[in-house]
Amino acid sequence: MVEFLIGLGLPGWVAWSIAALVAAVLLLNVIAGGALVFIWAERKIAARIQDRLGPTRTGGRFGWLQSLADGIKLLAKEDLMPEGADGLLFRLAPYVSFCASFCAFIALPFAFDVVGQRLNVGVFFVVAVLGLEVFGVILAGYASASKWSLFGAMREAAQVVSYEVPLGMCVVVPVMLAGTMDLVTIGEKQAGWMSSWFLFHDPFTFIIFWVYVTCAVASVNRAPFDLAEAESELVAGFHTEYSGLRWSFFFMAEYGSMFLVSGLAAVLFLGGWNGPVPVARLLGFSDGTGESAAYVVRLLGLANLMGKATLGVLFMMWIRWTLPRLRIDQVMTTCLKYCTPIAAVMFAGAMFWQLFLPGGLFPGWGRPAGEIREGWLEGPGGLPAAASPAEDRSSTVTGGEPFERTGLATRSPR
Amino acid sequence: MTGMLDMDFIDFMDFSTLTHVVPPLATTLAALPALPIAGINWHSVLFLLFAGLACGFAIGVVAADNVVRMALYLVFSLGATAGLFFLAGAEFLGAMQLMIYVGGTLVLLVFGVMLTAQAPLVSIKPSSSDRTLTAVAGASLLSLLLTAAFSVDAWRGPGVGVVPAPSATPLGMALVGVRVDEPPAGTPVGGRVGYMLPFEIVSVHLLVVLVGAAYLARAKRRRTPRPIDALASAMPVEPVSTAATVAPTGRSAGGARSALVGGGR
Repeated sequence: MVEFLIGLGLPGWVAWSIAALVAAVLLLNVIAGGALVFIWAERKIAARIQDRLGPTRTGGRFGWLQSLADGIKLLAKEDLMPEGADGLLFRLAPYVSFCASFCAFIALPFAFDVVGQRLNVGVFFVVAVLGLEVFGVILAGYASASKWSLFGAMREAAQVVSYEVPLGMCVVVPVMLAGTMDLVTIGEKQAGWMSSWFLFHDPFTFIIFWVYVTCAVASVNRAPFDLAEAESELVAGFHTEYSGLRWSFFFMAEYGSMFLVSGLAAVLFLGGWNGPVPVARLLGFSDGTGESAAYVVRLLGLANLMGKATLGVLFMMWIRWTLPRLRIDQVMTTCLKYCTPIAAVMFAGAMFWQLFLPGGLFPGWGRPAGEIREGWLEGPGGLPAAASPAEDRSSTVTGGEPFERTGLATRSPR
Repeated sequence: MTGMLDMDFIDFMDFSTLTHVVPPLATTLAALPALPIAGINWHSVLFLLFAGLACGFAIGVVAADNVVRMALYLVFSLGATAGLFFLAGAEFLGAMQLMIYVGGTLVLLVFGVMLTAQAPLVSIKPSSSDRTLTAVAGASLLSLLLTAAFSVDAWRGPGVGVVPAPSATPLGMALVGVRVDEPPAGTPVGGRVGYMLPFEIVSVHLLVVLVGAAYLARAKRRRTPRPIDALASAMPVEPVSTAATVAPTGRSAGGARSALVGGGR
């Protein structure tokens, strides 16, 4: 895309800025548009699970315009602030939450090389930034000058700090199997049929995936772990005092994070953009067959990953409206007595499995040969390559351009 | 770390670029290619932006008198530092900065919130002697750092241009004992000593700290009978049959309470 813009005669920095802007706007739309759809879906699913109908009228059938009507209502609401509140922090808190959720999307790939910024430490970056979302919650709880908010914020802090430990252990297992922290490479290593997904690599990864699901639900503060906003005890928890657009920023951050952890689960365990069935390969499209074929491959991969992430979000909704909320001590017990030891044992098990049976449960079955693109262990002469050609890609685009590490939404295929 | 070495292509001394920041904001897109701004080192501009943010929020930490605001400014300052690392291409270091420092400040923030939920600690006003002492200590440290930074010759000249994006893989390999960076000619790569031993020592150290923390924070079981239990056992109960039923319930209630206290800790 940058090469295209430079080809139009634009100077380099304008081209890079436009490319970065396009990536940012696209990611923003993933969050905002996703929130619109998911809020409607949440209402419908909740209603169906509780034997109700949910929204039926707004926008004709199924009430599909309900979230838009909600949004207009939120825009029109008065922006209130409690009298004893810390004004600066109160106003800042929703944006902190939203920014953390948004920043994590920068490193999440949506298909091969369709990523805001391909980071060498993508997994690490996403997990680190996701942990920052709790800052907004704590600030909101503190600045609201309300006991309900403060209680909710304290619970959230304890919960997030605890659940980061097993979450990190779960995330490390696919990193170990792929031999890299680059999310694009991790996804690409699972190319082929469903059997090459890390979920089915061995029994340990299958179990640790469910530990990851538990921890992910807890880390995005969803029921049955939504103690920070337990409406039966704390009115609405940390966002009790919020209204209007600021409140909706918290909501968008929550749905954005749900989509993010689902997308991360898809990339780490569920093959990323490589479907249960390699549709693109069966149809005869691959990167080698030409530029338009490469775009078709990416488009199919994009739809694949979005579908998986959406399924993950729907799964979280199903869980939310099925299970009762845990008590705070039960939340801690789940984390420290169950999730952490299970994750540790499964990590050790996956390590030994990888050591003795590196092919996985289905060794070599349905996996395309020679498609591993980074391959740092397959360097020249059998030596580990410190900087493989795949990592030097950025320096080959335009030498001396200061902006060349800026985001690329759609890198032109090689 | 390789990322730290990349910093030298940032032109520390060239502050003249700062004067060129203003024109692009005022010009229209059509006139852009004709202007000299295309020659700006945008890397320096972004560096100055992030560095300014980091320094500004650091001053905010000192100037604020509310613990929670201080912690928030500290978060922003550390986050801007992480931005500097990302700008220099040290992605691992940047993510580490976010994970450890910014995430660690979270606990600071929580303690700040817990302390300042009561009125007397909402505003912290240090005495003038404290201010003077810390100002002297901070100024001397700053002058030392500045002298050291400006005395490095390699950082004064023009930048070395673009370096390939460093990967976290050599770092991880070095931690498990394989040095893949700059292997000397003729030696096998695997034969070089990495940082396995320090890594293991630090790991065991952290494990000991964890076990110690769990030991200190565990629910303590009482050895001596508490006054209320002693009272309950010493209470004269007339019929023998009810004494058999009352005593166990008294004990179990005490046990439940101690479990509750332990769980709350």
